[in-house]
Amino acid sequence: MKLLNNHLGLLIALSVITLLAVWPLVTQKPADREVAFTILRAVALASSLNIILGYTGYVSFGHIVYFGIGGYVGFYLISQQGYSLYTAMLAGGFSAGLIAFLIGKAILRLRGAYFALATIGINQAILAFVANFDLFGGPIGMNINFQLYQDYGGAPKALQLAFYIMVGITFVTVLVSYAVRTSKFGLGLLAIREDEDAAEVMGVVAPNAKTWAYVLSAIFPGIIGTLFFFKNANIQPHDAFPLHTSIELLVMVMLGGYGTVLGPILGAAGYQRMRGLLLTSPFFKDIQLSVAGILLLVIILFIPAGIVGWIRNRFPKTRRVLQ
Amino acid sequence: MDFLLSSLSDGLLIGFIYGVAAMGLTLIFGVMDVINLAHGPIIALGMFGIYLTFNNIGLQPYIGLILVAAIGLLLGIIIYLIVVRRVLDAPHLSTLLATFSVNMIIIGLGTAYFSTAPYNVDFSLGRVSLGPITLLGTRVIGALAAILVTIGLYLFLYRTRPGRYIRAVANNRNAAELMGVPSNKILALSFGLGTMLAAFSGGLIATFFPFTILAGGSYELKSFVICVLGGMGNPIGALLGGLILGLIEGIIPTIMETTWVPVVEFALFVIILLVRPSGLLGAKK
Amino acid sequence: MTILLEVQGVTKHFGGLQALSKVNFELQKGEILGLIGPNGAGKTTLFNVINGVYPATEGRVIFQGKDVTNAKTYQMAHMGLARTHQIVKPLNELSVRENVNVGACFGRHRYGLGKANQISDETLAFIGLANRADQLAGSLNVAQKKRLEMARALASQPYLILLDEVLAGLNQSEIAEMVEMVCKIRKQGITIIMIEHVMEAVMNVSDRMIVLDFGKQIAEGTPQEIKNNPAVIEAYLGDPELAKKLMRKAAE
Repeated sequence: MKLLNNHLGLLIALSVITLLAVWPLVTQKPADREVAFTILRAVALASSLNIILGYTGYVSFGHIVYFGIGGYVGFYLISQQGYSLYTAMLAGGFSAGLIAFLIGKAILRLRGAYFALATIGINQAILAFVANFDLFGGPIGMNINFQLYQDYGGAPKALQLAFYIMVGITFVTVLVSYAVRTSKFGLGLLAIREDEDAAEVMGVVAPNAKTWAYVLSAIFPGIIGTLFFFKNANIQPHDAFPLHTSIELLVMVMLGGYGTVLGPILGAAGYQRMRGLLLTSPFFKDIQLSVAGILLLVIILFIPAGIVGWIRNRFPKTRRVLQ
Repeated sequence: MDFLLSSLSDGLLIGFIYGVAAMGLTLIFGVMDVINLAHGPIIALGMFGIYLTFNNIGLQPYIGLILVAAIGLLLGIIIYLIVVRRVLDAPHLSTLLATFSVNMIIIGLGTAYFSTAPYNVDFSLGRVSLGPITLLGTRVIGALAAILVTIGLYLFLYRTRPGRYIRAVANNRNAAELMGVPSNKILALSFGLGTMLAAFSGGLIATFFPFTILAGGSYELKSFVICVLGGMGNPIGALLGGLILGLIEGIIPTIMETTWVPVVEFALFVIILLVRPSGLLGAKK
Repeated sequence: MTILLEVQGVTKHFGGLQALSKVNFELQKGEILGLIGPNGAGKTTLFNVINGVYPATEGRVIFQGKDVTNAKTYQMAHMGLARTHQIVKPLNELSVRENVNVGACFGRHRYGLGKANQISDETLAFIGLANRADQLAGSLNVAQKKRLEMARALASQPYLILLDEVLAGLNQSEIAEMVEMVCKIRKQGITIIMIEHVMEAVMNVSDRMIVLDFGKQIAEGTPQEIKNNPAVIEAYLGDPELAKKLMRKAAE
């Protein structure tokens, strides 16, 4: 019983994901599976971003860059070098983490707005670089020969496999997010977010903590990138580094509540669902970004702590549960 | 060699316009410590403004610019009153996200209305030859317009009362309020001036190159680089930074492909922030 | 008696401004050293130099025999130096307990969360905030925030605590409580340097005192000696009320 109490927040989070995973199995519709995939992807990406944004307080506007880096490295290994999906995903995650380490060393010294702007610059710069990089297909990108899917039992089976892997990755991401949140490392990150100078005076080695948080937040997007583009059969610069998707991730984290495990999950699921509904309407399809913008504005002005944050503040007893 | 000289002079002239755009961003930062992340889309709106006035009303672009500037000013004041005013004293994250949400709203509406297709203002003023250098007429006039606007801004800030108020608020808002400066109106005016300069520069750029609704983004990045280069909050620094960036962009095509430009600009951005964060001419504190 | 801290010829420039000028003293283990001086004398700057916020321009700081002139603040925390701030810096969105946990987890011993919780409970009980352990730090009043700041410093189990105006803004009874707290802390074997403006309190509790004026050390000695020191009185003449008070006390 004590176990249940202590980890109730995590259980709620995992239940939401289980629901998303099981729903398409129940309805047996491939369309539902694809929708669930998209939502799970958003959940995993938002939860990863939350580690550097919500826990550490460093606003990474251009976080999607690691999705793109992992996507490109993994895709290259699969399509041009014939590696398996699993090896490619590991490589994608590793390369994203490595580049995050290097970039982090340079830009985590910047504070506030300058850090945010630098992350936008990174995304745009790497986008420009990749678009010129012939090994990765330059502006045209790369394609997967459909024959390749035979190795996975054919294209339909490959899509199913990708879905199950996505479910697995999402579980892992959420568990990692929870583990960080409830660990000593996580406490250090929260202290940095609240007052970096005071945290250092108390002994938190901020430069190292920030770097590891940044690297950790980049690994899963890297893995997910490989998986996503494997499924997509094609990768192009503008698909791999979509800046506005990056911002939407931010909206998801802010909507649900930064700094909590559950917040990004609810935010991502809710936002993605809303987006899906909007996209079916021809009118809203085009102004989808504007709707996201208005949503973000409303959140900033009126509920800056997000939905989960608002609940925690209003009902302090929920604080232990809604971690 | 001729190519290099032409490229450099072209870059220099365009640099004046970059400087005006960056001045808009740096003015807002200098007065109220806010980084306007809607800067890019407003530049794009300036571009489309000239397109619409030129194509639909047949207004000569340089006259259309006056209209575009006026609308830019008005838009800025509205954005200030609805959005910025409320997050003025909030943590920086809030102002960043708030102005970025305005960015998203504008881009969303713009994409819905204009789509992401390229647009072009079919306007040319021929060429001018100065010895070995050939310059496009639009560039020369554009640079002149930029210089005029800079002088106008200078005169406004230093020779008029609202200008003095703006400088007072930039210096110390509380003290200015105590001295009777209507700070809310002045802040709204300052924000409006900043967006006006952005829209104006966008309009000028429309006479140079084709553009899309998303084009503002790359000019926004250039503005950031310029502001950091010249010192955030320093208008002269912005102009100088603009010229430097223009020259750099003039050199790059002679050494490597133009698609490397964003990479170089970003690298410059990060290097300056790490090495000399107060910029070449020193930022406002 | 062991010497815990040595400040040797410390000078600090900020551009053209000379904030500290050849400050020199030794601190014995177990002492309470009072650091006083008019506003702007450089007291907090001295703390910042000792603590690692910025290095001295000239001179050295030696803590427990090690040269820490260029050490960073977190390194000092690991070595057993804790500090409170003049303007308190609570970790607002975290609970009181979480705030103190940070001190315990990243201080001298770098405990895990389990042990840290235990230390936090003890520290909060000691400091009198145990009933507010789950409250958000941002929701406390000023006096409580000051106590939280001290609790955080104590939880790191330091050898030396730098207290920066812990009595400022408190009423008479709160001051008395806080002074009692300081004495209790010393009884635990922790050495203390206190910056204070509340003269009576700091003079009653200090073993020795140092007076700074315009970055220079103008006096050093027991509270009794300091009270009667003409240079000190003159420095404070810039603050006539204080000078009158001191002179009244000297006459008693």
